[in-house]
Amino acid sequence: MRVGVVTFPGTLDDRDAARAVRAGGAEAVSLWHGDADLKKVDAVILPGGFSYGDYLRCGAISRFAPVMTLIIEEAKKGMPLLGICNGFQVLCESHLLPGALTRNSDLHFLCRDQKISIENINTPWTLSFTQGEEILIPLKNGEGSFQCDDATLKLLEGEGRIIARYVGENPNGSRNLIAGITNAQGNVVGLMPHPEHAIDTLTGPSAQGLGFFTSILNALVK
Amino acid sequence: MALDTVAQAVAHPDTAQPFKELGLKPDEYARIKEILGRRPTSSELAMYSVMWSEHCSYKSSKVHLKQFGEKAPKSDALLVGIGENAGVVDVGQGYAVTFKIESHNHPSFVEPYQGAATGVGGIVRDILTMGARPIAVMDPLRFGPADAPDTSRVLPGIIAGVGGYGNCLGLPNIGGEVVFDQTYLGNPLVNALCVGVMRHSDIKLAKAAGAGNLVVLYGAKTGGDGIGGVSVLASETFGDGGSTKRPSVQVGDPFVEKVLIECSLEIFAEDLVVGIQDLGGAGLSCATSELASGGSGGMKVQLDKVPLRDPSLSPEEILMSESQERMCAIVEPSKIARFLEICKKWDVTVTVIGEVTDGNHLEITWNGELIVDVPPRTVAHDGPVYNRPLAQPEYINRVNAEVINVPMPKSSAEIKAALLKLVSAPNMADKSWVTAQYDKYVQGNTIQAQPDDSGMVRIDEKTHLGVAIATDANANWSYLNPYQGAKLALAEAARNIATAGARPLAVTNCLNFGSPEDPGVMWQFAESVRGLADGCLEMGLPVTGGNVSFYNQTGDVAILPTPVIGVLGVIDDVRTRTPMSFTQPGLDLYLLGTTRSDLAGSEWAFLHGQRGGNSPEADLQNEMNLIEVLLAGRSEKIFTAAHDLSQGGLAMTITEMVLRHMVGATISLDDVANDLLSETPGRVIVAIDPTQKSALTNLCAKYKTPLTKLGTTGGDALVINETSISLPELKTAHTSTFPKLFG
Repeated sequence: MRVGVVTFPGTLDDRDAARAVRAGGAEAVSLWHGDADLKKVDAVILPGGFSYGDYLRCGAISRFAPVMTLIIEEAKKGMPLLGICNGFQVLCESHLLPGALTRNSDLHFLCRDQKISIENINTPWTLSFTQGEEILIPLKNGEGSFQCDDATLKLLEGEGRIIARYVGENPNGSRNLIAGITNAQGNVVGLMPHPEHAIDTLTGPSAQGLGFFTSILNALVK
Repeated sequence: MALDTVAQAVAHPDTAQPFKELGLKPDEYARIKEILGRRPTSSELAMYSVMWSEHCSYKSSKVHLKQFGEKAPKSDALLVGIGENAGVVDVGQGYAVTFKIESHNHPSFVEPYQGAATGVGGIVRDILTMGARPIAVMDPLRFGPADAPDTSRVLPGIIAGVGGYGNCLGLPNIGGEVVFDQTYLGNPLVNALCVGVMRHSDIKLAKAAGAGNLVVLYGAKTGGDGIGGVSVLASETFGDGGSTKRPSVQVGDPFVEKVLIECSLEIFAEDLVVGIQDLGGAGLSCATSELASGGSGGMKVQLDKVPLRDPSLSPEEILMSESQERMCAIVEPSKIARFLEICKKWDVTVTVIGEVTDGNHLEITWNGELIVDVPPRTVAHDGPVYNRPLAQPEYINRVNAEVINVPMPKSSAEIKAALLKLVSAPNMADKSWVTAQYDKYVQGNTIQAQPDDSGMVRIDEKTHLGVAIATDANANWSYLNPYQGAKLALAEAARNIATAGARPLAVTNCLNFGSPEDPGVMWQFAESVRGLADGCLEMGLPVTGGNVSFYNQTGDVAILPTPVIGVLGVIDDVRTRTPMSFTQPGLDLYLLGTTRSDLAGSEWAFLHGQRGGNSPEADLQNEMNLIEVLLAGRSEKIFTAAHDLSQGGLAMTITEMVLRHMVGATISLDDVANDLLSETPGRVIVAIDPTQKSALTNLCAKYKTPLTKLGTTGGDALVINETSISLPELKTAHTSTFPKLFG
C-alpha cells in the first residue's frame, strides 16, 4: 500500500510523516508540490510545516500547487487524505473541509503534549482506535484555533464529523474543543495535533499517534 | 555621490573620507593606505571598515584566543578546527558533527524579534556552510530583572523571534538558559547555538580555488537592511541619548532560509561546489574576501550583477548589506548548469557574479569600472590586532573579602518558605512559558530537551547513535573570579552531558563581555579565556570555535562577565540514556560528590542581594572522575535517573526531579540549610534500584567519588527531614512565576 507524503516549499514534518507511514506498515511515497503526478498512491498525507512561509494565510498558496489539483480531484472521488497541522490548513483553504484555523487565542506559538479524544472511528484514518479513546500526542502550531459559523458547527456536530477533541483546558480557543474534523464522505481528515510525532516513546510523548497510520493501512487492505 | 573608482582614488589622493564614522581609528585608516599604496576607494573603505570591526576581526580578543590553539589537548575527534565557519567533530560511524554558538546581543536590544530571529538564522547558515544538515538549535538568553518594564518588551520579543525563526526552519529547539540580572537590562544576551550532522566526506570549506571557477550568489536578494549592522551596532556601546538604530537591524525571512537549506543540501549531495560561504556579518565584503583568501587568492566580481531588492543601493551599500538568507558558492564551469537547475527547482534566486582568478587581487567592478582592487587577505585576515591594556579591577579584592551573610533556614516553616522562595525565583522557576513557544519535536529525533540537563538528538535511526549538547555559564562566579568561573562553566556543561551517559567530546563558546577598552573588562576577558583554555586542556576537550561579543555595557556599567560554554558529547545508543528523573517509588537517592559551604555567587545569595565572597575552585580531576562514574553507571545500567546540581543547589535539583513525573521523595540532610542551598560544584543526584547499591558503591570507589545516601523516592510530597511540601504546592510555586510575569 502506497501513501503519498507531499512536500511543499517550507514543509517541515514530511520526513517525520513518511517515517510514521513506514512504522504503520505502508510504503511512504514522496510527492513534490510542483509535479502533477500522484505516483499511483492509494492515500495522501499533507504534513505540517510553514508551506510558502504561511504567507498571505496558512495554506492559502499551497492549495494552488500543481499536485493539489490532482489530490483534490482524487479526494472528491474518495481517496483517503489526511492533513496534519499546516496540512489541515491547506484542506480548509482548498474547501475540502469547512472552517478555518486562526491564531491561537493567546497569540503565542504553542508546543506541548496534548491529550485528545478520538470521537469518530469510521474514517480510514481513525478506524484502529476505539470510540472515545484518549491519546497523548504533540500539539505545535501558531494558528490552530478552529473556527466556523454556527450552522457549520451544528452540521459537524450533528453528522459526527468531529473526529478528535482536546481533552481538558482548551489549548488554543478552538470552537467546541475541535482538534480534527472530517468531510461528509469521511475520507478527508484534518487534524491539528501531530500523530506522526507520537509513534514511539523514545522521541514522542507516547506511541499512540501510530493508530492513524495503522488505520490507513487497515483501511487500504480491506 | 559620484562613483569612487580606483582611478579616482589615484587621481585624487587627498579626498577626505569618513573613516571615523565607519568606526575606523586614524592609525587603522593609515594602515589601509599603506597596504594599498593609495587612499582606499569608498567601496574599499566600506569593506575594510566592516571587516576590521571588532565583531568581524576579533582585534581585541585575538591575542588571548590563540591560547585555545596553543593549549589544545590532543584529540582525534577534531576534523576541522578553529578558523572555519564552525568546527567539525568526529562522532563515529562515519558521522561528523558541527556545532557553534554566536551572539546577537545588540540587535536584539534594538529590535528584539528580528534581532533574535536573525541570530538563529545566522548560526544555522554557519552550520549549513560546513556541508551539514542543521538538526537542532539552543538559545542561552539573559535579561534585565524579570519585573523591569523593559524586560517585558525585550523578553517576549526575543522568545517569539527565536521561536518564529527556528520553528519555521523545522529545527527542534532543545535547550538553553534564561537568566535575569540587573546588568543585562540594557544589554540582553541572545546567544544562539546550532548543531548539524554530515558524513565525513561531505565537509565543505570556505575557499575559492581554481582559476576560472565561478562565483555564484544564491538565496535572497540584497536589500538595505543591516547595512553596517555588525560594525556600527556590535562595536558601539549603548549610551544615553543615542539615535535609534533600528534600520541597522537585519530582517529575517525564515521561509527563504528553509528553502535555501534544502536547496543547498541537494547541491552538496551532488558535489557541485568547490567552496562555500554564507553571507552573515559584513555580507559580501566578508564572503568575497574570505573565499578569495582561503583559496587561490584572486577573484573578479561584477557587483552590478547582484540581484537587488532595492535598486537604489550604492555599491558601498551592496558590499556592506547584511541582508539575510544568502550564500556564496564557488562552482566549476562544468557543474554550473546543474547548480542552476537545482536552484530553479527550489525557486531560489541565483546569479553568477564573478570568477576565481590567479594572483592575489580581489577586483570588484561596477558597470565596468574598477571600484575595489585589494589583496583579499588584508581585508579578511590581516586586520589590526590590539594588545589592549588589562588590569584586575578594584572590585575584585573588595567583593572577595565580603562575607556572605544570608538567612539560613532552620525550622520546618523556614525550610519550606526558603524552598518555595527559591523554586519560584525567576532564575530558578519553570521555563515552560518559554520552551512551549519552541517546537522541540520537529525532525522526530529529539530524545531530550529543556528541562533535561542536556539536549539530545538521535543522528542515526538504525544504530541509535546520538549527540548531546549543553550550554552553561555562571556569571556570578565569573564576576567573583573569572578564571575559575570559566572553568566551572566548562565543568558544568560537561557534567550536564554526562548525566545522561553521553561522553563529552568538544567545546564551543560565546564570550559576552563589556567594553574591551576598559582594562578591568579586558582583564575579566583574559582571565576567562585563560581559565577556559586551561580547563579544556586538563579535561582533554578541544575548543572547536566560538564567538566574542564585546561592548555589552551601558555607560560605565558592563554586564557580568558571561562566558557561555557549550559542550558536545556523543552517546552510542540514545535508547539507553539515563533520564533526569524517576517515575517509580522505592528507588534510593544518592548524592555523588561533596557538599561544602559554597554560598558565594549562589542563587540564595543573589536572592538576598549579595554578590560577594570567593567562587568555588574548580577541581577538574574530581569532575572527570564523576563523569566516568556517570558514563559507567549508564553503560552498566546502574542508574534509573541522574540529575546535575548547579544553580539553586540540591534544593533545585531534587525539586526538578520530583516535579518531572510528580513522584515524590523523602530525604534526610545533616546540615539542612547548607546542604540544600550550597552550590558546591561537581555534584549529581542519582536514583538507583536498591539492588544496585553495591554496584554503585564499587563504581564510586573505583573513581574516588564520594557517595552519600539521601533517601528514597515515592509519595506525593517532597519530604526533607521534618519538612513536608506537597507536590501540587511545590509545582504551583515553580510554574506560576513566568505566566504571572509575562502573561
